[in-house]
Amino acid sequence: MPIDYLPILVMVVVVVAFAAIALTLSSLTGPRHPTAAKLEPYESGMPPFGSARRRISIKYYLTAVLFILFDIEIIFFYPWAVLFRQLKLFGLVEMGVFVLILLIGYVYVWRKGGFNWD
Amino acid sequence: MPILVPDINLRIIAPALIVTVTAIVVLLGELVTPAERKRWLGYLSIAGLVVAAFAAFSLWGANASGFSGMVVADNFGLFLTLTIALSAALSILLSIPFIHAHEIDQGEYYVLLLASVAGMIVMATATDLIVIFLGLELLSLPLYILAAFQREDTRSLEAGIKYFLLGAFSSAFFLYGIALVFGATGTTNLAKIAASLAQSAGSPMLSIGVGLLMVGFAFKVALVPFHWWTPDVYDGAPTTVTAFMSVAVKAAAFGAFFRTFQFALPALALDWRAVAAVLAVLTMTLGNVAALLQSNVKRMLAYSSIAHAGYILIALVAMSANGLSSALFYLLAYTVTNLGAFGAVIALSDGARERLEIKDFAGAAREHPLVALALTICLLSLAGFPPFAGFVGKFLIFGAAVETGWAWLAVIGVLNSLVSVYFYLRPVVQMYMSEPAEGWSGIRVAPLVALALLIAVISVIALGVFPAPAIALAAGGLIR
Amino acid sequence: MSLLVFYLFAAIAVLAALGMVVLRNPVHSALSLALVFVSLAAMYVLLSAPFIAVAQVMIYAGAILILFVFVIMLLSPGTDQGVGALKAQRGLAILFGAALLVLLIAVLGGAVLPPTRGTFTPEAIAAEGDTQAVGALLFTNFLLPFEITSILLLVAIVGVIVLAKKRQSISKQ
Repeated sequence: MPIDYLPILVMVVVVVAFAAIALTLSSLTGPRHPTAAKLEPYESGMPPFGSARRRISIKYYLTAVLFILFDIEIIFFYPWAVLFRQLKLFGLVEMGVFVLILLIGYVYVWRKGGFNWD
Repeated sequence: MPILVPDINLRIIAPALIVTVTAIVVLLGELVTPAERKRWLGYLSIAGLVVAAFAAFSLWGANASGFSGMVVADNFGLFLTLTIALSAALSILLSIPFIHAHEIDQGEYYVLLLASVAGMIVMATATDLIVIFLGLELLSLPLYILAAFQREDTRSLEAGIKYFLLGAFSSAFFLYGIALVFGATGTTNLAKIAASLAQSAGSPMLSIGVGLLMVGFAFKVALVPFHWWTPDVYDGAPTTVTAFMSVAVKAAAFGAFFRTFQFALPALALDWRAVAAVLAVLTMTLGNVAALLQSNVKRMLAYSSIAHAGYILIALVAMSANGLSSALFYLLAYTVTNLGAFGAVIALSDGARERLEIKDFAGAAREHPLVALALTICLLSLAGFPPFAGFVGKFLIFGAAVETGWAWLAVIGVLNSLVSVYFYLRPVVQMYMSEPAEGWSGIRVAPLVALALLIAVISVIALGVFPAPAIALAAGGLIR
Repeated sequence: MSLLVFYLFAAIAVLAALGMVVLRNPVHSALSLALVFVSLAAMYVLLSAPFIAVAQVMIYAGAILILFVFVIMLLSPGTDQGVGALKAQRGLAILFGAALLVLLIAVLGGAVLPPTRGTFTPEAIAAEGDTQAVGALLFTNFLLPFEITSILLLVAIVGVIVLAKKRQSISKQ
């Protein structure tokens, strides 16, 4: 029932409120003496170099799409896991076929070097 | 709620299953096959298609449905299955030398083509909108990739991305249509939709849903005004892929189109028949007129395929048993004819260098008399000349339209056929009347291409001279 | 109460959707889209469909949005190329979009939905569990679509490798 999800809603409200209050209060009450060094983006103590907006390698695309495909696969496991006991052997077989087909895809990607960063 | 094991009847989906298993075997084979033996993967694919065709034959007349009414093995679906398998086998025959010459001979080519075939068979035999949608996606997704398969060619990439974007767009329309039809009737099963509509009157929501379904189908079979992607995609994609998708997609998508509208939505026929008639007129006319203006053979055949979709739509407007069987026959005739035409174009190419401009065909008859003859026969069949397959197909469709009181539509179809004669004859005139252009000598036609061409031309003539057996098979194809 | 929550998330969804279209920076658009996805997930919860809500968060907010951000980064953000070519279509697009909106509001707003058909009333779902109900259908009646999905995913995997992987390394392997 939707009411079971009330804690999540409360959590969302608290998070938004906390972030808003913290940012507003600190900007209202804190002293402000900007210098060039203070306005630099903080990069773990290293001096920043170059623009953050440069084009990243197309190789990430392969990784991203493969991630999505296997992520979509996972969503089918969720109802299956809930019903696992009731589906009995039949459920195991049908999920086995599903996984086998994707496993072939996995083997294919592996053998083609899809996971290599060359 | 107790969970019951559903009725799993693998025999009903045997053709699609065999094609899928073949695709997976070819995929694994690609991993272990050395580069110089990739053609064997093509032969393996053809073998799988032949077995699938036999499976479809063995199901003839079975008229059984399975998987909780999701798919059916009726003669309508099986006829389309055979047509699709034939088109795929001929396309692979053309492809084996073609992709070798273009240095794209990878096993994935056959895997994607077979996966697309599996999707087409699913779509043609599906009796549930969800399965039709999945079949549509499974046939489209590999074709987007195949269209972009020549990765070094920017035009091929452009074809892939254009096809993908517009295809995804049309899928969204289709899905929205399914949702609204589901909302109005409470089911996605075609038989249950028909039963639900027989009891209750339609609603605006249902009408919009049906309209959106029609837009989705219209995109896939390239009806005007949803045809904009066709010339660019057909032009940019590798020629063998163009050959395959110009025929097989039409067979599958028209199969589901007929099944959905004629079988599940007869209650709304008054509305959608009028819309389909308008679309048919627009599609035929614009397809043929635009084809007149093309100087590139691939673009000409692209517009010609749009025009042919218009002719087939007339059979849907007729909405009769004869309309259905005429559409099946037409799809078969169009498949062999168009593959023959593309096969001849591929046969005239010189290795990786293709001759795609009509003026390039000058003098071909002197250098390659047999290929020129084959191209002439196929183009005459496309134009609808007797005694070729295209003539019989048009005769049957226009006959079905006249029978059901749509004579004016048949008249427009005949007029359009007359217009089309002009552009179909232009390459023929070039081949026979002009002096040979340079560079014809020393071109050998690959044996596999010659074989595919021979099969196609014999089929074109056989279907034109002895159409009775094929018509009888098509006539048994009532939708269940 | 639940109506109030609905209006809250509906307002967020509409505003975020507008922001996605209007904002100039593509990364901001992507973040707005994330907000739309999450608001939709909340609405699915309100409709007693938590499974769809989870799928929405996992697939859309989790995976598809990541791909969007990746693609934005691949295309070097901040550049607004290609919009000029579409300017001519803007008027037509607004016209047809507005017409479609009016049509949909007129039809769906005034539509009397048929009385609940089928077995899955809100009470039945509450008794059985939404995820259980989805699973029971998916793994029995919708078994064939389920397995077709795996083939579809396999094709997509092959497509990624064919299109995005360097070809030399393919032939070498």
